Amino acid sequence: MADKKEAAGKKGFSLLGLVGPIQFVMGILLAFIGGALFLWIFRENVAEAYGALFKGAFGSKRYIGEALLSTTPLIFSGLAVALGFRSGLFNMGVEGQLVFGGMVAAYIGYAWDLPRVIHLPLALLGGAVVAGLWGSISGYLKAYHNIHEVITTLLMNYIAFAIADYMIAVGGPMKADNELPVSPDVLESARLVRLWEGTRVSSGILIAIFFAIVVWFFIYKTRIGYKMRAVGFNAAAAEYAGINPKTMTVLAMALSGALGGLAGAVEVLGVHYKFYAAFSPGYGWDGIAVALLGLLNPFGVIAAAFLFGVLRSGSITMQAIAGISKNVVSILIALVIFFSATNKTLEPILKRLLGGIGSGKELELNTEQEGDR
Amino acid sequence: MKPAVEMRNIVKQFPGVLANDHISLTVEKGEIHGLLGENGAGKTTLMSILSGMSVPDEGEILLNGTPIQFGNCEDAIKQGIGMVHQHFMLVPVFTVAENIVLGNEPHKGLQLDIDQARTMVNRLSSHYGLKVDPDSVIRDISVGSQQRVEILKVLSRDAKIIILDEPTAVLTPQEVEEFYIVMRALREAGNTIIFITHKLQEIQEITDRTTVLRDGKVVGTVNTKDADNERLARMMVGRDVVLHVKKEEHQAGKVELRVENLFAKDARGLPAVKDISFEVRAGEVVGIAGVAGNGQNELVEVITGLRKQESGKIYLGDRDISKMTTRERIYAGLAHVPQDRQRRGLVMDFTLVDNFLLGYEDSPPFIEGPMINYREAERFSERSIEMFDVRTPGAHVTARTLSGGNQQKMIVAREFQRNPTVLIAAQPTRGLDIAATEFVHEELIELRAQDKAVLLISMELTEILDLSDRILVIYEGEIVGSMKANEATPEKLGLLMAGG
Repeated sequence: MADKKEAAGKKGFSLLGLVGPIQFVMGILLAFIGGALFLWIFRENVAEAYGALFKGAFGSKRYIGEALLSTTPLIFSGLAVALGFRSGLFNMGVEGQLVFGGMVAAYIGYAWDLPRVIHLPLALLGGAVVAGLWGSISGYLKAYHNIHEVITTLLMNYIAFAIADYMIAVGGPMKADNELPVSPDVLESARLVRLWEGTRVSSGILIAIFFAIVVWFFIYKTRIGYKMRAVGFNAAAAEYAGINPKTMTVLAMALSGALGGLAGAVEVLGVHYKFYAAFSPGYGWDGIAVALLGLLNPFGVIAAAFLFGVLRSGSITMQAIAGISKNVVSILIALVIFFSATNKTLEPILKRLLGGIGSGKELELNTEQEGDR
Repeated sequence: MKPAVEMRNIVKQFPGVLANDHISLTVEKGEIHGLLGENGAGKTTLMSILSGMSVPDEGEILLNGTPIQFGNCEDAIKQGIGMVHQHFMLVPVFTVAENIVLGNEPHKGLQLDIDQARTMVNRLSSHYGLKVDPDSVIRDISVGSQQRVEILKVLSRDAKIIILDEPTAVLTPQEVEEFYIVMRALREAGNTIIFITHKLQEIQEITDRTTVLRDGKVVGTVNTKDADNERLARMMVGRDVVLHVKKEEHQAGKVELRVENLFAKDARGLPAVKDISFEVRAGEVVGIAGVAGNGQNELVEVITGLRKQESGKIYLGDRDISKMTTRERIYAGLAHVPQDRQRRGLVMDFTLVDNFLLGYEDSPPFIEGPMINYREAERFSERSIEMFDVRTPGAHVTARTLSGGNQQKMIVAREFQRNPTVLIAAQPTRGLDIAATEFVHEELIELRAQDKAVLLISMELTEILDLSDRILVIYEGEIVGSMKANEATPEKLGLLMAGG
């Protein structure tokens, strides 16, 4: 046992950081193999289908743009779920928070006339804050009344949807002056700029990546992030150390909600320039899958969101060119999630292999990867 | 007569650890054979090989002189080997009888024949003197009874060789006494028992012969009556061990912790702490003796701010801390080694660095504005690992990967370095092996020498007697006795602990 002691000071180079990415890629590969099996069973041409899917995602500038377009809100919703999980909370309410975020951002965007440098940040911030407050209600109920957040976040989605419908229904406070159930157009000064000529990609993607870095930094480097993780892993131990688990729970739900709100805000301010009920095709729900596939790591979330963006955008072309239902992509997404979950079982083996290569000696297995510091 | 069990040159390699290094073990028929060793010495590995749960890399096993080979537990059960695990494997909502026949159910058609099961349990129960009620539900009965159910379950499969893995770890002192009786009864009935433990007292009490393991190797096999505790401890640890820590005379100073008329309720809302008052002085260890579940937990939680008191006051020095939060109490100079290190003391999925940081995350030098200064935290971890001899491959593995003893060393390292004026140590050596226990005891005495006030809560009388300057006895939430340590005897304390 003495040799273990000596190892304590040394830091060999480690390949353990590769465990996550390997799992990620393996999940995707296995999903595509499984998807091929489904296509084969349904007597579809596998090569044609995947070819069309790939073409639909990367075939032209516009297609790539569409993939990145979906990636943007998915990064935010994935971050929202991941941050919740890191604090021991399962935020099922991202879709509702997203709708709120979009709604408030749109309101600030059309109702207030401000210079650009203030208007755009304020619209984003407003969406985040209101969605954060909305989310913190679930945090409060969890912390002080012990009502499970899965139930409250899930059900509050439907309240959010109903409020949103009311806002733009006939006679609603945000209804535009026309026949459609939409809000007025957001002023130019509150719109995200187009980033790439010939596509709809806005600067929202940069904001999303920036926030992924911020969230990573927040979770792993700040005092509050540390406390949230402590509460998430073991609230009793956190309490013992003098951290208030109740405060952290409310705060974590608020921040998670705020990220969900940003997903809606960037979507409204970057793509639609107005608010309407169905502006999100389920980005909030997909956030759960994105977070899990990204192994709850903010950088993993970026990769997972991009994958989902690609699948989403490719599926449209696949349906158009190859005549294969885009539901195949739903199957693929389900398989990706399934295999990334089952890949967890390979984690100890991967760690042993990579740990052995890196340090020249066996590392003891640890079940949780703590950041990549 | 051929030995009941003969294991020859067993080798079992785990990644990075040679758990069993050419171990040979001979167990005679009808004996209670102790298997003694520190945590991680290879005892459980060896026995899981014997019970068919894992396959050795090398070596052979002979039962009654016949070589055998096990692929799985079923084979071992058929050969009459049964193992009772440290953590019980019972279905909490099933009755005793249902649990005992589980996997081997007598049936009428498709239905469980519960009458037959009950009859069988009663027959076994009276044959071995293992009292159980076949119709009680497992979750309603005591841990001691649950253990009897586990043993009956093994016996119901006609086990002749019974392996008991640290069976006393979960029992109260009274239950341990009953357990000895059961073991003797089993031996009378002609069974062979292999008894895994790291407690010397138990070896002396019950075994005929003892094999000592250290670092995966056999140190030796002795007739228990020829070996004293010191010798066994030396074999086990590989050096002389201080079984009873020596403490210098030390003059107690001013009162550092004062508790006045404290009342508190337990989780079910029943009174758990009833009018408790005491004080602990600087440079003094005050021990609270008592059987588990007599309000010790609640008392510690109230003092540390984890539970609200109904009434009463707590003073740290001259400061009234009864209204303070846990964090404020820590900052005021109160440190706490919690009873349940895995639930309270550590975040098992945190790295060692993050665990050492617990409670320091808002204090210099570990902060840089809103951020944590991880360079400082790492330095602190490395230093703590070094100073308190925490055995770990590094500071970036999770706490979960460490042994119980090393986890406890981490907590002790973290709490002692808070430089508290008062330390509360709740069962600080529970589940620890001899070397780790010795370490913790020496550290507590060192704190005393530094004029800290130490409140020790323990269920182990020897620990209380060895360390304390004054002893309080808690019974049903009340302090029922108070004496100087040199006036206390195990008999006197035992009587008070039982409410006498």
